[in-house]
Amino acid sequence: MTQLPTQTQKKLGLVIDLDTCVGCHACVISCKGWNTENYGAPLSDQDPYGANPSGTFLNRVHSFEVQPDQGAAQLIHFPKSCLHCEDAPCVTVCPTGASYKRVEDGIVLVNESDCIGCGLCAWACPYGAREMDQAEGVMKKCTLCVDRIYNENLPEVDREPACVRTCPSNARHFGDFADPDSAVSQLVLERGGMDLMPEQGTKPVNKYLPPRPKDQLTQNDEQIDILAPFLEPVATEAKGFLSWLDKTLEKL
Amino acid sequence: MHPAPSVIFFSTFSGLGFGLLGFLGFGMFVPTGWVAFVFFAFAYVLAVGGLISSTFHLGHPERALKAFSQWRSSWLSREAWCAVAALVLMAIYGAGLVFFAQQWTLIGMLGAIASLATVFTTSMIYGQLKTVPRWNTYYTSANFLSLSLAGGALLADQGNLTLILMVVAGAIQLATWLRGDTAFATSGTNMATATGLGSIGTVRAFEPPHTGTNYLLREFVYVIGRKHAQKLRIIALVLMAVLPVILLLLPFSHWLALLAVVSHVAGVLAARWLFFAQAEHVVGLYYGKR
Repeated sequence: MTQLPTQTQKKLGLVIDLDTCVGCHACVISCKGWNTENYGAPLSDQDPYGANPSGTFLNRVHSFEVQPDQGAAQLIHFPKSCLHCEDAPCVTVCPTGASYKRVEDGIVLVNESDCIGCGLCAWACPYGAREMDQAEGVMKKCTLCVDRIYNENLPEVDREPACVRTCPSNARHFGDFADPDSAVSQLVLERGGMDLMPEQGTKPVNKYLPPRPKDQLTQNDEQIDILAPFLEPVATEAKGFLSWLDKTLEKL
Repeated sequence: MHPAPSVIFFSTFSGLGFGLLGFLGFGMFVPTGWVAFVFFAFAYVLAVGGLISSTFHLGHPERALKAFSQWRSSWLSREAWCAVAALVLMAIYGAGLVFFAQQWTLIGMLGAIASLATVFTTSMIYGQLKTVPRWNTYYTSANFLSLSLAGGALLADQGNLTLILMVVAGAIQLATWLRGDTAFATSGTNMATATGLGSIGTVRAFEPPHTGTNYLLREFVYVIGRKHAQKLRIIALVLMAVLPVILLLLPFSHWLALLAVVSHVAGVLAARWLFFAQAEHVVGLYYGKR
């Protein structure tokens, strides 16, 4: 049913820390690796070893340059996947009921056997979170690794989305945003977690933590290196053997 | 947006067909016998042909029947219902005129309303999308409906009414373009809100996620239409409205009327191509392509 639930029991989602993301794309690879061989149709590639390769990805990492009014530009790596919106426009446009939001945990999923591949849900998503698989003709999207997080065949430590599990810089966190005491809710509170495109009215569950302010080193021109005083030359005039060698070599 | 030929043909020809069915259903034009058969057959070829062509862009057309299930929330589903209602009602009304020389007014009226409702639901599929500011307006519905009515009037030989509807459709088309040109800038969605980084400084796309292309770029970041857009607009408007009006003002001949129809259809096809090619989806912001 493509009408949105008025409320979900849990709001599972991700916090993505733009301050610590190093842009290594490990989450992209682990996402593709897990999701191409588990829930639903594989994530196909077209012309993967040819001149014009492309493929289906549920998670992509952009990089942006931000230039403040004063000071140096910052480079910010920006992972982007489905934000599992509360008012998900991709769900209500679906004509077949294939696209739905789960009442129990708020995950937005596609029932691939009902999907006619019209693409309208991808049109309705402002974030580019949905991609039509060119081989299967059905819509693919992040499942929040629904086949990992409840999977009792996996060790408990692995029961989180593949992207979170693999992130080497701990830039991705998984949890329940409906619980104000959860680690993700606390992170959002402490760090000022934000919505992407709030004006679109999608109420995304996933939050992004803005980069922390950078040190203002370039404004203190006098003293850049705190070790500099200890590295001043102690002797300015050479003495003894070295002095003789210096003078002798000069004369040659 | 990628201008898929199947969707351009669908929306142009089914719009024309449902427009003609609208005039037939409202009893503005009441042929009987063989003449009625020819007109209804023509309207059905346009409307049904358009609907069939629209299934060509589906990944799984064999599951198309499932699209009737979500009429409570989905404009695409509502379009499917309206189209079937219109085609069934107008088939009954048409059978009355062709085989019994009877005009069943009520069924015709309901069929005409369903026909125009189909065009409206088609327009709302695009008009509802906040992600495409150029489309997210009632101008889109006015544009689709006025073109459908003008084309229907042209096919149903409505005389002076055709002239008025042609001029109105042309004016609405022009207004839609002018409003659309500023829509993205005034929508409030930009690189700052897309990334949430606007409070730090000016955001610029530095590196895309992949060196190659992808589905999103092919489908939503189509930019080929921009270069000749203004010339194409003039061509579209002249063919769609100006030329047909001039041809209809000349002394009547069937050849001139046919030329007016061909010109109108060519103009609407060009305008519909621009409708897609010029539409900017907000996801392009993440790729620095807006």
